[in-house]
Amino acid sequence: METILITTATVTAFTGVLAFLLTLADRTIGNYGEMQITINDDKEYIVEGGDTLLASLISEQIFIPSACGGKGTCGYCKVKVLEGGGPVLPTELPWITEDELEDNVRLSCQCKVKEDMKIEIPEELFNVREYQMTVESIEDMTPEIKKLRLRFKEGEEIDFKPGQYIQLKAPIYEGNDEEVYRAYSIASPPAVKDYIDLIIGYVPGGKATTYVHKFLKEGDTVDINGPYGDFYYQDKYDNEMVMVAVGTGIAPILSILYYMRDNDIKRKARFYFGAKTPEDLFLLDEIEKLEKDLYDFEFIPTLSRVLDEHNWTGERGRVNVSLDKHIKTPEDKEAYLCGSPGMIDSVIEVLTEKGILEELIFYDKF
Amino acid sequence: MIELNPFVIFFAAIFTNNMIFSYFLGMCSFIGVSNEIPTSLGLGQAVTFVLTFTTILNYLIYHNILVPLGLEYLRFIVFIISIAAFVQLLEMVVERYFPNLYYALGIFLPLITVNCAILGVSLFMVIRDYTFLQSLGFGVGSGIGWTLAIVAMAGARQRIKRTKLPKGLEGPGITLIITGLMALAFIGFSGIVQIQ
Repeated sequence: METILITTATVTAFTGVLAFLLTLADRTIGNYGEMQITINDDKEYIVEGGDTLLASLISEQIFIPSACGGKGTCGYCKVKVLEGGGPVLPTELPWITEDELEDNVRLSCQCKVKEDMKIEIPEELFNVREYQMTVESIEDMTPEIKKLRLRFKEGEEIDFKPGQYIQLKAPIYEGNDEEVYRAYSIASPPAVKDYIDLIIGYVPGGKATTYVHKFLKEGDTVDINGPYGDFYYQDKYDNEMVMVAVGTGIAPILSILYYMRDNDIKRKARFYFGAKTPEDLFLLDEIEKLEKDLYDFEFIPTLSRVLDEHNWTGERGRVNVSLDKHIKTPEDKEAYLCGSPGMIDSVIEVLTEKGILEELIFYDKF
Repeated sequence: MIELNPFVIFFAAIFTNNMIFSYFLGMCSFIGVSNEIPTSLGLGQAVTFVLTFTTILNYLIYHNILVPLGLEYLRFIVFIISIAAFVQLLEMVVERYFPNLYYALGIFLPLITVNCAILGVSLFMVIRDYTFLQSLGFGVGSGIGWTLAIVAMAGARQRIKRTKLPKGLEGPGITLIITGLMALAFIGFSGIVQIQ
């Protein structure tokens, strides 16, 4: 009996003393007091020091894109730290290129707030929120492409610019053992507040696309966050718009077209869409409606693998060929491109050769 | 107890009684963080640092608290708690007052709170009935030995990265095999000195 009492008392006293010491240390050594974070030389936030920058920003409702949840394993949560933050940690180095090092780019999940800081983040991140959405419908556009309609919870809405994207979380499922976020452009009009449409192609082995194509069902809930991206409708000039997309790249272009329709924007627009065969064309009825509703809009599909049996009378070859043929005067044009890096690079080449200024070519590579 | 010079114990802990190659202790972080030499060196330094201090601390706790109270059998739980608390405290202090040290090895500290090599050293110290100086030599030596092992492993793995491996052996598999081979090589030292 005595042994039990002594043992219990000793262990209790021992852990008690240590717990007391640690609490004391947390209050004194670990207490950095209140720190000020200045973002973009404009907004100021007072946060409790000692936490990571990412956690401090989240507590102020500022969401930096992060896929791993602050473990330092995804490398997404980069921000520019201009003042404060100390030296770059070994845990950040695998994710930061030499150019970024010189630019003071840091991983916000590793960098701790121990002094007043000045940081820079893209302005639109102030608008980023997390949402839990319900899958309202999944429609097959082609055998490889699906259109997803996600509905917001009652009372929630998203405010995005036409052309921007959101990140969709693919959870752990059979065959995928880690949560990943993948970016998808919003295809629905910005004026529609209660749902968004995404157009998602199937990539063999792709974690998020496999999830969407093979596992996701109507009525399921999915997590998204956004909006992000600097590819969106520009209203600085009144130029003719040259839009180019292949496959699922149609999504942001559609959103831009809807936006022009809803706001009655009177601009000339031509949409060059590249595909292989007529079976790869989709949403044609929607586009036909847009052709009617918009001020001066024309859809120019271009097919690269047409056979005689298709009876195709439209443009043939890659989009480059079609662009080369249709664009005569470069002075009054600006371009919006969305597609694979290869397609974008070759289209930019054609457009700059034609004389369209590079700063008037906006693109979204995926 | 054989009267061994603390320096002999120090060298023995590095070469003949290496924590990794003789006892296979601390394998988790040894396998997990041995991809690159700079990181493994940082981790090794952190382990050495913590080993040195926890050995001293546990020596004092054992001989001044547990033995007088006749509670030697509590050493397992008490050592674990004291190590965990000490590492926490150490991390806070280093982070606050020694920023340079923190950037070199502080970020590894949470990783080694539960490193069994650290508990192992404290327990060996008790089992082998070391004096204070012997314990100190053993603690520091074990830390350096662990560092030596993980840096050597990181060097080997940096080279292996560029070679083709059978799929099943990639990662931990090949690391364990190399550890075994290195352990065989370290047996070559065993004639120098034996501590037990």
